[in-house]
Amino acid sequence: MTIKYNNVYIQDASTVTGPYEAKGPLSKHFDKSYDDLYMGSDTWEQAEIKMLVDSVDLLLNKTKLLKTDIDLFISGDLLNQLVASNYASATLKIPYLGIYSACASSAEGILIGASLLSNNQISRCICSVSSHNTGAEKQFRNPTEYGTPKPKYTTFTSTGAASILLSNNKSDIKVESATIGITCDAGIKDAFNMGAVMAPAAAETIFKHLNDLKREPGYYDLILTGDLGLYGKNILIDYMKTQYGIDIEKNYNDCGVMLYDIKNQPVMAGASGPCSSALVTYSYILNKMKKGELSRVLLVATGALMSQTSVNQKLSIPSIAHAVSLEVIE
Amino acid sequence: MNKKRYNDLVQKHMPKPGKMYNAMKAFIIGGSIGVLGQLLIDLFTKVLDIPQKEANTYMIIVLIFFASLFTAIGFFDNFVSFARAGIIVPITGFAHAMTSAALEYRKEGLITGVGSNIFKITGSVILYGVVAAYVFGIIRYLLFGG
Repeated sequence: MTIKYNNVYIQDASTVTGPYEAKGPLSKHFDKSYDDLYMGSDTWEQAEIKMLVDSVDLLLNKTKLLKTDIDLFISGDLLNQLVASNYASATLKIPYLGIYSACASSAEGILIGASLLSNNQISRCICSVSSHNTGAEKQFRNPTEYGTPKPKYTTFTSTGAASILLSNNKSDIKVESATIGITCDAGIKDAFNMGAVMAPAAAETIFKHLNDLKREPGYYDLILTGDLGLYGKNILIDYMKTQYGIDIEKNYNDCGVMLYDIKNQPVMAGASGPCSSALVTYSYILNKMKKGELSRVLLVATGALMSQTSVNQKLSIPSIAHAVSLEVIE
Repeated sequence: MNKKRYNDLVQKHMPKPGKMYNAMKAFIIGGSIGVLGQLLIDLFTKVLDIPQKEANTYMIIVLIFFASLFTAIGFFDNFVSFARAGIIVPITGFAHAMTSAALEYRKEGLITGVGSNIFKITGSVILYGVVAAYVFGIIRYLLFGG
């Protein structure tokens, strides 16, 4: 399911990160970074709420807008019942939609916002996502101070919050189209192997997007998946070739691989979490687009849709990917 | 692509876990903790003149104390991730698991937080430890008469 837009533009974006992201190769592109995971709050959950509110405040400051100028705040995170987004929305007092498609929430937010904007039902909307490494670790895995050994292919939940402002006012970059993904279940039950869980969903969405719009992968300067990580990235390249006969290797990268210095940081196979795709795209990628180094980017945010309960019940893990095409206006 | 074929494709790209290296690490570090325990018992019995049975208990208390303290200070988890079974299998692993759970849930109240979550990881060890003790106790009674 692919939707075309012709009046939806990216006004600006903001990124707030934790300490690991600030030590990564993209650090200079972020607006604000905390050097401690508590960020002056009492708990991981409160720290995540703080980052999310920070990112919206920063975005409003950058664009010189007031909260009352924003028609809609769409936000997603990983915490149970969307606690980070819900509590941030209680502070922000902007009409709010909470969304969940795990790490695909960034693209889902843009997709919903862009659809309402393209019908002129709203005129400005902020789409946000957040995640917190230890908050997610506590909820989905073990207590954070528990040093359980993890396989090398495990991804590392990124800490941060990122917001993007979409509106009908013309700017340098537009949201050109978006593809709503189908939930896939490739039969993987290993909750550490998120890359393998999500690669088929990414492949399916990329294939549908290209097929719906009659495009070749080369149409894009960059195809960017959200958080497949080092091994998931190779699985996707191989899967695209084997299943669809499409070679994406030349212009493909993964935000999870770009966010950290994988060799020298303790992040195993790279970043994951809703923030992974957003932190990379809303800072580094948008900057490159503004400089003219990239003009067409397909962001394919990928999410694994399990809960602790479904993993304990040994159900295989479903996954989803949504794609958003961003284009520099000539 | 069916699930089996996909699984084969995934396996092609998976890193090798380095089992031999991990086993050696666990052997050396786990063994060192055993040596440390024995040194502590020798210290208690030979230098402090504590009876053997009590010395064993004191040794366990010392190891538990330091594993918990180092977990609370915050560097023990990195060491555990490195040493793996070498530190998880001895009593240090049990102490580490309990302390880390207690730390994690301390902001959620003494009853609803620490109380109900402290055995999150170690609960299984206690439950099946007690069950195993009963089973082997009965077997021993039946075979050897107690």
